[in-house]
Amino acid sequence: MAKNNINRRGFLKVMGAGATVAAGAALEGCAPKKNAEFDPAGHHTTEVPKGTMTYRTNPTTGDKVSILGYGCMRWPTLSQPDANGNVIDQERVNELIDYALEHGVNYFDTAPVYVQGQSERATGIALKRHPRNEYFIATKLSNQRMAGRGLSPQEMYKQSLEMYHNSFKELQTDYIDYYLLHSIGGGDGMPLLMERFFDNGVLDFLVKEREAGRIRNLGWSFHGDVAVFDYMLQLHDEGKYKWDFVQIQMNYLDWTHAKETNPRNVNAEYLYNELAKRNIPSVIMEPLLGGRLSNVPNHIVARLKQQEPENSVASWAFRFCGTFPMVMSILSGMTYMEHLQDNIRSLAPVKPLSEEDLTYLEDTASLMVTYPTIPCNSCQYCMPCPYGLDIPGILVHYNKCVNEGNIPESQQDPNYKKARQAFLVGYDRAVPKLRQASHCTSCNQCSPECPQRINIPLQMQRIDAYVEALKQGTL
Amino acid sequence: MVRKIRLTLATIFFVCITLMFLDFTGVTHAYFSWMAKLQFLPAVLALNVGIIILLIALTLLFGRIYCSVICPMGVFQDIIAWFGKKARPKKERKMPYTYSKAMSALRYTVLGVFVMAIIAGVGSFVALLAPYSSYGRIASNLFQPLYRWGNNILASFAEKYDSYAIYDVDVWVKSMPTLIIAVVTLVIIFILAWRNGRTYCNTICPVGTVLGFFARFSFFRVTFDAEKCKNCSMCSRNCKASCIDYKTHTVDYSRCVTCGNCLEKCKFGALSYKFGTPSMATAFPKPVVVEKAAPKAAAKAEEKKEVADPGLRTFLTTIAVGAAAAAKAQIIPEATDKKVDGGLAEIEDKVAPQRATKIVPPGAISLRNMKNHCTACQLCVSACPNGVLRPSTDLLTFMQPEASYEVGYCRPECVRCSEVCPAGAIKLIDVAEKSSIQIGHAVWTRDLCVPIKDGQECGNCARHCPTGAITMVPSDANDPQSKKIPVVNEELCIGCGACENLCPSRPISAIYVEGHEVHRTI
Repeated sequence: MAKNNINRRGFLKVMGAGATVAAGAALEGCAPKKNAEFDPAGHHTTEVPKGTMTYRTNPTTGDKVSILGYGCMRWPTLSQPDANGNVIDQERVNELIDYALEHGVNYFDTAPVYVQGQSERATGIALKRHPRNEYFIATKLSNQRMAGRGLSPQEMYKQSLEMYHNSFKELQTDYIDYYLLHSIGGGDGMPLLMERFFDNGVLDFLVKEREAGRIRNLGWSFHGDVAVFDYMLQLHDEGKYKWDFVQIQMNYLDWTHAKETNPRNVNAEYLYNELAKRNIPSVIMEPLLGGRLSNVPNHIVARLKQQEPENSVASWAFRFCGTFPMVMSILSGMTYMEHLQDNIRSLAPVKPLSEEDLTYLEDTASLMVTYPTIPCNSCQYCMPCPYGLDIPGILVHYNKCVNEGNIPESQQDPNYKKARQAFLVGYDRAVPKLRQASHCTSCNQCSPECPQRINIPLQMQRIDAYVEALKQGTL
Repeated sequence: MVRKIRLTLATIFFVCITLMFLDFTGVTHAYFSWMAKLQFLPAVLALNVGIIILLIALTLLFGRIYCSVICPMGVFQDIIAWFGKKARPKKERKMPYTYSKAMSALRYTVLGVFVMAIIAGVGSFVALLAPYSSYGRIASNLFQPLYRWGNNILASFAEKYDSYAIYDVDVWVKSMPTLIIAVVTLVIIFILAWRNGRTYCNTICPVGTVLGFFARFSFFRVTFDAEKCKNCSMCSRNCKASCIDYKTHTVDYSRCVTCGNCLEKCKFGALSYKFGTPSMATAFPKPVVVEKAAPKAAAKAEEKKEVADPGLRTFLTTIAVGAAAAAKAQIIPEATDKKVDGGLAEIEDKVAPQRATKIVPPGAISLRNMKNHCTACQLCVSACPNGVLRPSTDLLTFMQPEASYEVGYCRPECVRCSEVCPAGAIKLIDVAEKSSIQIGHAVWTRDLCVPIKDGQECGNCARHCPTGAITMVPSDANDPQSKKIPVVNEELCIGCGACENLCPSRPISAIYVEGHEVHRTI
């Protein structure tokens, strides 16, 4: 593990601020803290720290970016779309964004395709209620689905620009602070990259937009084929294009174990260090793997809690990323106020992990990769499935059962009956029958969209076969 | 004493039988299905000689205790009548009923027609009159949804507490005509029982008529002691079968259901339930002149029922056909275009295909066996955990079960309908037998098949076929790379409907099951 990258400056800064914010790291309902308020009813509450957020400086523009960034991919949704077809609960988005800004979060990352295409508008509405210079907006050119449809480069250029201009409209702004080529490295790698941004001149257009000031920073988000990553950095080295920032998937599992989940994945250690070498700041996505690093098997919870009983399991994941100095912002798709508050406690300010902590976390990661969970982060890129399946719902349920030990291997397992009931009843609760894995046609329109490169039809069939074995009692 | 014993046994039978109609887990069926098999008409249709002899012997010995204890419809009427009595003004409450003359002509005519209907195989008529079936229909169509909703409320609590003990179940109308018949039956029974107690049992019910005939000669019976009787009329005025004439000191044993109410009402000990040698004199007491008001009202109500049903049935069938046509008229929506992330594609409800031959569950042997033995009690329909069985809307097999696969399919591990059927319409089979009983075969419709229609790989039917009867082959025989389509080996297909149910083509599946008139073993 690359321990030389621990942010010593940040560490000292933390030490300085530490006295005033000792309460910041505490979790809700934890053991009493020195400056925790005492509740006569017997509860101990700690305040969510204000004014203590860690900021990292963008070397290009000098932006002071909050280490906690708001991922706008998981906004709270309404149980039913409203009369205008809105699926997002705007009221709650407003509350979350107000709270985030109040507590020092100033980086908001969205994309035209997020939350059924409604994230930009909802984010725009909420942010518009605050002065424009108090926050940074990041959005993306999500033209991946224009590719492979037989469009000419001209048509694709036209449609991409439409998408770009529409983002300004939806976000109600005349400049975008951080603009990304969305999710490059996916699909077939280089050919898709060329088709999306190079052959049609879209990238050159965006560079001109940066010169014109409508884009303040230009970068890209990356998943998948390392050849694409290397190619983009090569362009940077050759001076053909300058990348102001890059968004990568990084967390303590993917740091060195990415290949163990999928041989085509790239270790975050490599990605981060390549960027850091070139002084390109990293924006981190999936620090928590869509919640998989907070919803872990019980004995791993125990393992982490034993070390720091007052901090949440999730806090380890955030502090891990925050420990690296060239990390500019860590994105978290915070659907619930409790998540937002917990993350603020973890990162305002960042308390970098010690070398000991990092070793401990690495041991934990080695243990975690042995669990047969499916690496789905519920990003919803695969959705909507044209045949109505709730793919992330199915995978999340399966992972939940893995973590809770409810995947019996045979009828001889001592907890077979209970585990079977939990799996099957929980399955019907989590996913309506018509959206379960048994309805997968294996058309495979989903897999190319998956940034984690899960072979979705294969997993659907595997889970379905398992469900059948449980139902028929043939396990 | 007689009354107390009767009440205890009746409660046990009624609660257990009702539970069987409510239960969707199969737990009660394992313990109580013998209670359904004890029912008279199902036993007759199942040619269960042992039970028929037992019931007749029971009647010859004790009178119509079958009607007071074993028959759920009888007990159900007693419950309604009890409330009906309580709801009366104080004066009437003490003596709610009056003696009335037996309506023998009506009874025997109904019985005659009923027997002819059985012989002619007109199951729908049989089902309409049979007491156990009528109760089953009410319990299955009206009580089970309430029970399930209650269960679902508990399940939502269980979910909150992360308990997997209680789970949510679907509540849906399996057949509108049957539901309406159940409501009409309930209303008629309710009115009759509320006002006059056992009117249905002693005018319409064919089982009551048959058992009544034997009960005339029963050894144990309610007997008058004319010397003790003060002609106070309390016995007559409290007899829900209207069968005691205090003036002549006679009891019509063909109508007496041995409830024991009169024994407790008589303050003078003039009535007793005791052993006596039956004779023609006690079996057929001389007719006496009585007031006619009550039976007329009852007869009118009966007439109404007779008239209402066939017309209603046609009407309902029309409605059902109309609704099905309307459902078909819906446009098939395009698979959602993937331009954005998230959201769930609309799923259209499946519509049953037009089957040339209908499907009956494994164990039914043949359509004919089902038609001739089923009493349409709905026990199998209530018990089916997969939403496969529903009452037929076909006139000749009206309300008898048939299978369709829009909600679920006939799962390989389940033989519950064969376990509960009391009438021999679905014979008991085990899971191994089921896997080789061919109740139908799959038929493929090219134009609807996803690889042809959408140009997408599928094969979901082949993946789920429990007998491996479906193979995927290239749609173009000359091009091994072409999209694969299913071919069915009809010899291996058992007609379980997994393919039809899981076919992504909606609302009509691209592969569906045609029933077989006679089931085969493969």
